[in-house]
Amino acid sequence: MYGKGLRALSLATTVVLTAAFALVFFYAPNDADQGFVQKIFYIHVPMAIVALCGFIAGGVMAIAHLRTRAQKWDMRSYVAIHLSLILGVGVLLTGAIWAKASWGHWWVWNEPTLVSFLIIFLLYACYQPLRFSIEDPERQARYASVFAVVAGAFVPLNFLAVRLAQAYTHPRVLGTTGGNLPGDMRFTFLVALAGMVLLFVTLWKYEMASKHATMQLRALRRKLAGEEEPVRATGRTAAPAATLHARPDTH
Amino acid sequence: MRRTAAAVVRKDLLLELRTKETVPAMALFAVTTFVVFHFGLNRGSVAGDLAAGVFWVTLLFAAMLGINRLFVAEREQGGFDAFLLAPTDRTALLAAKAAALFVFLSVLELIAVPAFALLLLDPSPWPALPGLIGLLALANVGIAVIGTLASALAIQTRARDLIAPLLALPLLIPVVIAAAKATTPLLLAGGPGDVAARWPLILGLYDVVFALTAYAVFDFLLED
Repeated sequence: MYGKGLRALSLATTVVLTAAFALVFFYAPNDADQGFVQKIFYIHVPMAIVALCGFIAGGVMAIAHLRTRAQKWDMRSYVAIHLSLILGVGVLLTGAIWAKASWGHWWVWNEPTLVSFLIIFLLYACYQPLRFSIEDPERQARYASVFAVVAGAFVPLNFLAVRLAQAYTHPRVLGTTGGNLPGDMRFTFLVALAGMVLLFVTLWKYEMASKHATMQLRALRRKLAGEEEPVRATGRTAAPAATLHARPDTH
Repeated sequence: MRRTAAAVVRKDLLLELRTKETVPAMALFAVTTFVVFHFGLNRGSVAGDLAAGVFWVTLLFAAMLGINRLFVAEREQGGFDAFLLAPTDRTALLAAKAAALFVFLSVLELIAVPAFALLLLDPSPWPALPGLIGLLALANVGIAVIGTLASALAIQTRARDLIAPLLALPLLIPVVIAAAKATTPLLLAGGPGDVAARWPLILGLYDVVFALTAYAVFDFLLED
């Protein structure tokens, strides 16, 4: 089910990402004050936008899980948050590099977007330990969903609070992400953003397809064994697919 | 629901009055932290933003002790099962626990504020007091709601003492931002200045948003 269209999607992702990188290096002009290093913007900002949207999407999927109790929604939410966390590491690293290059420090506290992102990242970093330390799979899914909903609501509020705290000393316009970019930079940025969105969706689908296949394989094995041997979850994993209650759902 | 919540609050307060397990520990922790700050900062007195920061960080960490213990009796002595067996609205437990935590925090502050004024604060605390009480009330609501939620999330995990602060601290950063920013002008060395209206508003918004979120999701933490 999740494997459908994966080849076309992977190809599209490769093409768009390659195009985005080509545009970044050969088409977009160098920034007037920051020079070449400003080009990290085309990776850093799309990655941050996609990661934040992924966190919020994880929250929305968690709402769907709590409403329907379908295990697939918990799995979707888990994969979205898990991928966003990985992107989040990238955001913090590229942000630090950019800060070092343009302000001379690896970390600056007067950049509200980056600071908000760090707080959100620290919060979501608890998602895996929380899941991981609950044994009952059904409860694990439920608690993780509750966390994802609360944290999803926290994302916008945190941005508001941090931005206001900075605005006190450093007035700035809302919407720092390309509000007044010149045309060619804006175009490059949009292509890079589209590439990052496609990358996220593709990776999400790959992981979902893999988890779904593992789950079905396990169910089939269990059926072959005549339901006698208890099927053990392989290794210590926080991933929701590896549960004893996994049934071949009828998607 | 109101009667159930009132009964649970009464039970919690009675339990605390008899065992004195949580609030004295929180108060002692807060006073000790002030002493630690005295040596850590190497200062006899603080004012302005430093005072606001020391004060709120201490309160927040003391609150963590209460948050960690909030559901321990329910978990260890079957209170959850009893509550689920009773034909009542589950949200009552959220309201009751948040109210109990609010009371614990208020009692803690009754001790921590005078201790802070005596031990560390440079300007006189009296002119700042009305504003400070308002801010403390607003912040307590937020800490109580988030604390209840984090505690309920963490109580069923294997590492609950670790998970609850890890969850609650990032969630409470907006409270710290708003409360510390609002308290800074109150504690200036030359007497209190004006508090920008946006900080109490942020605290109020935070309280409303998370009270509603907690109300929406708390039921799911109490099944089975």
